[in-house]
Amino acid sequence: MTHRGHRTLAVAGLARVEGEGSLYVRVSGGQVEEVRLDIYEPPRFFEAFLRGRSYTEPPDITARVCGICPVAYQTSACQAIEAACGVSLPGPLADLRRLLYCGEWISSHALHIYMLHAPDFLGYPGAVEMARDHREIVERGLSLRRSANSLMEVVGGRSVHPVNVRVGGFYRVPSAAELVPLREQLRGALEISLETAAWVSGFDFPDVRCDHELLALRDPGSYPIERGTLVSSEGLEFSPADFERHVIEEQVPHSTALHARLSGHGGSYLTGPLARYSLNSQWLPPAAAAAAREAGLGPACRNPFQSIVVRAVEIVCAVEEALRLIDAYRPPDHPFIDTTPRPGAGHGVSEAPRGVLYHRYELDAEGIVRSARIVPPTSQNQGAIQDDLRSFVQDRLDLGDEPLTRACEQAIRNYDPCISCATHFLHLHMDRE
Amino acid sequence: MVIGVGNEFRRDDGIGPEVVSRLRGRTPAELLVSDGEPSRMLEAWTGAALAVVVDAVRPGRPVPGRPHRIVVDQADLPGARPVSSHGLDLGDAIALARALGRMPDRLIIHAVEAADTGLGVGLTPAVAAAADGLAEAVLRDVQAAFQSSPPAC
Repeated sequence: MTHRGHRTLAVAGLARVEGEGSLYVRVSGGQVEEVRLDIYEPPRFFEAFLRGRSYTEPPDITARVCGICPVAYQTSACQAIEAACGVSLPGPLADLRRLLYCGEWISSHALHIYMLHAPDFLGYPGAVEMARDHREIVERGLSLRRSANSLMEVVGGRSVHPVNVRVGGFYRVPSAAELVPLREQLRGALEISLETAAWVSGFDFPDVRCDHELLALRDPGSYPIERGTLVSSEGLEFSPADFERHVIEEQVPHSTALHARLSGHGGSYLTGPLARYSLNSQWLPPAAAAAAREAGLGPACRNPFQSIVVRAVEIVCAVEEALRLIDAYRPPDHPFIDTTPRPGAGHGVSEAPRGVLYHRYELDAEGIVRSARIVPPTSQNQGAIQDDLRSFVQDRLDLGDEPLTRACEQAIRNYDPCISCATHFLHLHMDRE
Repeated sequence: MVIGVGNEFRRDDGIGPEVVSRLRGRTPAELLVSDGEPSRMLEAWTGAALAVVVDAVRPGRPVPGRPHRIVVDQADLPGARPVSSHGLDLGDAIALARALGRMPDRLIIHAVEAADTGLGVGLTPAVAAAADGLAEAVLRDVQAAFQSSPPAC
């Protein structure tokens, strides 16, 4: 699409975000008039597909919504259904769930840092070009993912789509002996994750501050991964059961996307690593806390460009937690607890690598799903990302269209949007008048 | 090994996994289903003598069910992206594999043109009709590899 007499820019296919989406920017008289981050396809298909299914099926089906965070979907789904059945996992099974989730954090964050985001900071068009010059660096990322995949295979049954997870726990729990080889791998991963944090903390970060309200889980004493209550940087605190009273999703014109806001709190909010870290940094385990300090992070972080550092610290955290859980592991007596369905709704939240993931299911007396609601983190972040891009572009209007486009792409990658949860196709369209 | 790339919840994008499921019990080759993410592909095929990948493609004007067979040899010059015109993510996986020295000795891609890759379960008729032919073509490639070299695929 072009306008006569105006510069227009279209870039097909935003590179290096998972899935696809679309960004439109219109500038007039030196002012950014409009920024639209358009995404198509919220998880409505899966919500509709789940209706009429048995209560045991959502974890498996919803795991296919997001190919790179299946454990997050399984966990939020299981917790919602367990809540509907009036049960919650006892300690040893809950620990195993956290252990599996650590694997996903390591895998997803390592993928994002090494394959998607670091190339931006080092001036490479992509991981391929970076790999040609720095093979050993990319191999580091692959090694972290290998360790994570081993962990997810032993506990979850498969790394790509863990088949061992079920409502109430697992189909099979590992013996202590099966976890022993993981310990060695994860010790190596700890070294590499510390190197990763040191490496990314040396990148150049523009001085940007995002003032959005932050939303994350909190589980005092623990850095939140697989469970918690919801807290915000403006003092909100609520349980998963109250999620839909506090988080309002609104349809956005020109898009099938929904933008989320916190009821009574006006504008957009942000969930994900920056929110988790800023609201829970005091509960990082020791090596991760030290890595954060050495990386120059304070108790909170509000620079979206430094989210790559926070992700690196979270990899250290996940590796450290995995090692702790493996060392403390005593095989549960039974791989799952009984879950008898009853009519009513259940709500579940967990911290997917990208942020808070909420599931709600309503069951009938036979345990058939009557309705489902899934709110992924990237859906929640749409408004905040769009707002941040507005000021980001405003400050860089002196750039030519090409470098500005690349800068916008890099800025969007700060949020690691998993728009395969919510989108079909993305390109950047820039209108200057 | 045979890698079926795709997502069964995106209609014709499920052709890769569908072909793999039709091969179960019919070949000693390792069978995998993958979402096609490049580093995962690399981890799967590193060290393999032969990797056969089955995937859907969405060209500008698709002829649904039309198959393509692309052979990528180790000897190919770096930088050549034989599948990029088809819009496959495999181009990225191949380029990364080359940069890291992690290509299989031989890579054969069986790509089939898709009609619909929107959300939904089930292949469209033309693509479904192509599944058996694809499975046979993959089996032929795998059997040829077993006959000519030690099985590491």
